[in-house]
Amino acid sequence: MGVAKYTKDNKDAITDVELHSGIKVKPVYGPDDLAAVGFDYQQDLGDPGQYPFTRALHPLGYRSRAWTTRQYSGFGTPAETNERFKLLIGHGQNGLNVAFDLPTQMGYDSDDPMAEGEIGRVGMSVDTLVDFQTAFKGLDLTRIGSGLTINAVACIMLAMYEALARSQGVDTAKISATPQNDILKEIIGRGAWIFPVRAGVDLTCDVIEYATAQGKLPRCNPVSICGYHIRESGATPAQEIAFAFGIAFAYVDNVVARGYEPTQVAERFSFNLNIFGNLWEQVAKFRAARKLWAKLLKERYGIQDKKALYLRGLFGGGGYGLTKAQPLNNIVRGAYYGLAAALGGAQTTALCSYDEAFTIPTPTSALLSLRTLEILMDEIGLRDTVDPLAGSYFIETLTRQMEDKVLEEMEQVDRWGGMVAAVESGQVQRLVSRQAYEWERDLAEGRRIKVGVNKYVEEDEEPEVELHEYSLASAEAQIKSLKEVKRTRNQKDVSAGLKALEKALKAGRNVMPALVQCCSAFATVGEMAGIMRQELGELKEPSIF
Amino acid sequence: MASANQRTVRILVAKPGLDGHDRGAKVIAHALRDAGFEVIYSGLHQTVDQIIATAVQEAVDVVGLSIMSGAHLPISQKLMKGLKDKGLNDVAVVVGGVIPHRDIPALKELGIDGVFPGGSALDSIVAGVRRAAEEKRVEA
Repeated sequence: MGVAKYTKDNKDAITDVELHSGIKVKPVYGPDDLAAVGFDYQQDLGDPGQYPFTRALHPLGYRSRAWTTRQYSGFGTPAETNERFKLLIGHGQNGLNVAFDLPTQMGYDSDDPMAEGEIGRVGMSVDTLVDFQTAFKGLDLTRIGSGLTINAVACIMLAMYEALARSQGVDTAKISATPQNDILKEIIGRGAWIFPVRAGVDLTCDVIEYATAQGKLPRCNPVSICGYHIRESGATPAQEIAFAFGIAFAYVDNVVARGYEPTQVAERFSFNLNIFGNLWEQVAKFRAARKLWAKLLKERYGIQDKKALYLRGLFGGGGYGLTKAQPLNNIVRGAYYGLAAALGGAQTTALCSYDEAFTIPTPTSALLSLRTLEILMDEIGLRDTVDPLAGSYFIETLTRQMEDKVLEEMEQVDRWGGMVAAVESGQVQRLVSRQAYEWERDLAEGRRIKVGVNKYVEEDEEPEVELHEYSLASAEAQIKSLKEVKRTRNQKDVSAGLKALEKALKAGRNVMPALVQCCSAFATVGEMAGIMRQELGELKEPSIF
Repeated sequence: MASANQRTVRILVAKPGLDGHDRGAKVIAHALRDAGFEVIYSGLHQTVDQIIATAVQEAVDVVGLSIMSGAHLPISQKLMKGLKDKGLNDVAVVVGGVIPHRDIPALKELGIDGVFPGGSALDSIVAGVRRAAEEKRVEA
């Protein structure tokens, strides 16, 4: 019962339930509850595929198309990653979700002293275009959609993807990539940031401007706004949505200020939202989020185009819900989290694997996660009918309450002066880290229950899980390959590209064309990020606790 | 809170390396502060040299490393050598994060005074850090 606070009487009967977002749950719901929140079918739900899309983006939901599964993967050298990609695709996965190692995410080459011990450890190592050519070898870029889980240097990685397509002679209008590219959440929650807040936001928005507003990469989703990591850092589900929307508006405003129409900017935004926690609260959260996003885009920016109002996204992961204690329990948790995603109408999904509390997943555990999602879609009836919980007295009341709660949290963002200011001052970081601590105290003191952690605890020795090992040989191979590229590339082209990048940064122009030029010339990630560090400086973390 | 006969322990909670997952580090920082420690938080992306410099500057009794990336062995080794080179033999060092139990003996071998793998209870971490600081003080 870990995902809400429960009060019990002396006979162990529950007297009070409070969800993480602060909403109280009643023992019984009926028509009066819907009347009390003024529930109206057309206004609150509409049919699936109709504004405000509470029920689903498409009229037939999973009947017309099951969700896209996109397990997060990548490790070691690009060649090893290529094998893992092929394994997942061979087993029915239809999108990629590329993990990069920390040096790549932080803009350091494999031969940089800062990269020592980290090459290929938590994702694939990328130094130059050669690495992308290897990692995506044998995959059809016009058929596969690739999530690129990288933020501070997302601009470099999307440019690299475009350069890859160009090097293969593939039409860049046909490639589909989703760089995560959400620097504000990265500073709040995941920590792979480099540049000062406003410079980082400008780079994120360069990608949005280039891919969507200018239409250079029309099938790419230029940003995946991650309430996910904010939630992992301690936010409530309502804050997860409110802060994600606050971030989205900051990006829309930045690009609109460059002279584009809001529709051109926002139409391909996507979201990455979390799925652990109270089942009902998650389902209500997803339904409320879909509705609010459409409503707010319409009200705030006057966007009319139906497809531009869609809250697209990946609802998945659930990392924080997993425990190190009794790790096999995480397999079961994953299935329920997947169920929450499906009942919430996830378009795309992925599951953390049961061993991720220890390390990155093994092939077996990654495949098990994929199978869990496939069982949900193919075996238990989740494709039968759209939005099956619609009309439930409880779910509809809760969806309305979540909507109000999200709006209330958004007022907090306004009081901070918007998300850019809130991140710059560290206020949002302070809030979520304090809540994370309160959550842990609740667990320690038994106010929240987690099976295996503070209830049904076993004196467990370290469980036997097969762990993914760090490979020194892979790291050495990567450095060797980088040296070879540096030796054989045309140095003049590299210099010209880097010069163009420096000029664009100095002039405050969009960096994307120069980055594509750099990548095509086999400039390294570290060389490009180095120029960016030199011109933009680095973030000084606000004192946050 | 610290009882009257306990000197306030100063701890540097540090995030070495490139990993940015700092929820755990911040939770521990809060818990230690609540328990009466003076806590200095390093912020992210610190090199071992930066951590040592801060430890010297802040005259801490304990350095607590939070490591989630799997690089705990090389980082700890580097830190212990750096502390020794600087003659900081009276500083206790504890490590927490994603740490397989099988690596604990190797960490202890390096001179780490306390290891708290993910999932350790808050109270046991606070008590363990206090114990590590006291034992170091007695030794020194």
